[in-house]
Formats: sequence, C-alpha cells, structure tokens
Amino acid sequence: MDEAELARLMRAALAGDDKAYAGFLVAAAGLVRAFARRRTGQGGIDPEDIVQETLLAVHVKRHTWKPDAMVTPWLYAIARYKLIDSYRRRGRRIDVEIDEIAETLAAPEPDRVSDREIGKALDLLAPGQRSVVSAISVEGRSIGETAANLGMSETAVRVALHRGLAVIAKRFGRG
Amino acid sequence: MDTDGLIKALSADAGQAKPAMGRVLLAVSVLAIVAAATVFAVTIGPRPDIAAAAETVRFLFKFVVTALLAVTAASALTALSRPQDAGPWRLIGLTVAPVLLLAAIAGELATVPAGEWSARLVGTNSLACTTLIPLMGIAPLALFIAALRYGAPSRPALAGAIAGLAAGGISATLYAAHCTDDSPLFVATWYTLAIAILTAAGALGGRAFARW
Repeated sequence: MDEAELARLMRAALAGDDKAYAGFLVAAAGLVRAFARRRTGQGGIDPEDIVQETLLAVHVKRHTWKPDAMVTPWLYAIARYKLIDSYRRRGRRIDVEIDEIAETLAAPEPDRVSDREIGKALDLLAPGQRSVVSAISVEGRSIGETAANLGMSETAVRVALHRGLAVIAKRFGRG
Repeated sequence: MDTDGLIKALSADAGQAKPAMGRVLLAVSVLAIVAAATVFAVTIGPRPDIAAAAETVRFLFKFVVTALLAVTAASALTALSRPQDAGPWRLIGLTVAPVLLLAAIAGELATVPAGEWSARLVGTNSLACTTLIPLMGIAPLALFIAALRYGAPSRPALAGAIAGLAAGGISATLYAAHCTDDSPLFVATWYTLAIAILTAAGALGGRAFARW
C-alpha cells in the first residue's frame, strides 16, 4: 500500500469511516512492525509493544495529522517517539541516534514475557470500560453485539470504548 | 490483547475526529492574547503619555520587535506541536526579532553619546519589567502548554520553551505600552531577561505536561 492510498484511508477515517480506518491501521501496523523490529534487536523491548503503543498514539493524536500532508512521515515520527519513550520507561537514557539504539543499549531483560503492555493496561480500566474494550478487542464483537450482550445502549458502549482507550493511551504517556 | 484486537477496538472508535491541531492552536493564541490583555487592562494599563510616545520611533519599535517575537514563536509552535521532527530550519524565523533588536542597538549606540548608554540600559523600570512580563505571561503560557498537551510534540521541553517565547512575546507587547523606557538597550537587557524566565518555565512545563 503506497503513501497516497494510506493518506486517502486516513482522510476517510477522520471523516468517520471505520472500515477505512481499520485498513489504515492494519497497514500502519505492518510498517511500524518492520520499523520496530529493525530497531529493537535483542534488547528487552518487544517490537509488538511498540506497534501497539504507536497505534494507540495514532488514534488519540490523529488530529495532529494535516490532511494535506504525507501520512507516513507522521506515522514514523510517532513510532520513533514511542520507541524512545519505551526505552526511557525501562530506565535507560537515550541521547543517541535511533539507529544506534539496538547496538548500544541492547541488553537482555530476563523476565519479560510476551503478555502485551496494553493487555496489562486493560487492568487499569473501570470494570464497565474493561468489559466493553475486551468484548470488542479480544472477542471481536461489534458495537451493536456488545451493547446487546452487556445490556447497554450503543451510545454508552461507544462512550465506554472511547474513554477506555483514552485511559490506556494515557498510561503510556506517564510511565 | 493482540494487535488485531486493538485495531478492532480503535476502528470501532473512529467516530468524529477531534478539532484539528492547527485550529486549536489558533484559537488558543487568540485566547492567550485576550487573557493577557485583560490582565494588562485591569492592572497596569498603558502609560499616561502614550499618545505623545506613539510619535517616537523608539516607542513604536518596541512593538515591532515584541510582536514579531510572538508571531514567529507561535508559528514555530505550530510545527513543534506535531510529531514530525520540526528540524532547525523551522526555527529560523525565531532569529528575526533578535536580529532586528541587534540592528536597533547598533543604531542606538551610533546616535546616542556613550555617556548616556548605561543610564538608558539601566532605565527606571527594570524591576517592573522583569516581574510584570513573566506575570502577565503566565496565563498565555498555561494555555500554550495545554495546547501542546492536546498535540503530540516529539520534543516536549523544546516545544514548551517556544511556548514560553510566544507567551513572552504577547506579554512584552502589552507591557511595552506601559513602560516608559524605550531604548533598545533597555529592551535588549530587561525584556530579554523577563522573556527568558518564561522560556525556562515553558521548558519545564512542556517536559512535565506535554509528554504523550
């Protein structure tokens, strides 16, 4: 998928097209995965955590993209920030070019298992938000199905999802 | 949660996007000016002889340099509020106001006898200047930091410092209407110090509040 197509999807997403948005996010995840794999090496950072943190940041900061600008530089800038942030949260100072990180800072971190940072962040949510977010993300339900299953209105499901994602995203800005 | 699940959750939350960053920053700039101007009007206000002062070049020049600082800093802030690395060339506009001030200093030194230089530099309002500009800049700075928090600066401390410059530019433009010291020597010394205080506060504020 090329830049023009990605930018078209993102413009549609900003107008509220959730299918276009999903398409953009899948393609963006692929790009960021390759980016993060090249830069995490054998260091204690799981590239998939960078992918997920980047997607979350893309989501809550998508109003910082200018619809007449290229979208991939914006995406990579977010990925780069999240990668540096990820090293920072693990207590390592990063003052170097990003390409040097893998060589200079890679150090084994024994106890890291593959449960995703975001999965852990789910535990921070209020029970109502958590059940909505996990119904949609883990069980793959639609807004409508989730509303029916939980006995909530669709609006309430949308609000709980929105707030839950905002809480998870914020969790990564603090660290 | 796996990445596919996350994508499902995020796309289900597509909805209507929030107001664009550029618009928010523009609205915040207007608010910052209104806030500082309100504080200025109800507290110190303009100097009594402002009509006569407005006919002198030195008085008018203060507004040129401070307003230019506010505009160039706000413009740099727009670039720094987004994640793409702004790069040094985006900050080049910030040199306009200092260069102009340096030229004015050269003009002042060329036209004023050396014996008067130090009196003009020290002036009579240095304490007011270095206190009132930072004080009137607090509200604009807080607003700009809030805007950065809404944005996604890849360098929060630098963006915060530039927010301090923009707040300082706005505050100094207002203060210039109050102050009776018009020499570029005074402006270059005390205005700079006052604005530097806001810039440092902005860097700290950016680092504390604009991370994401």
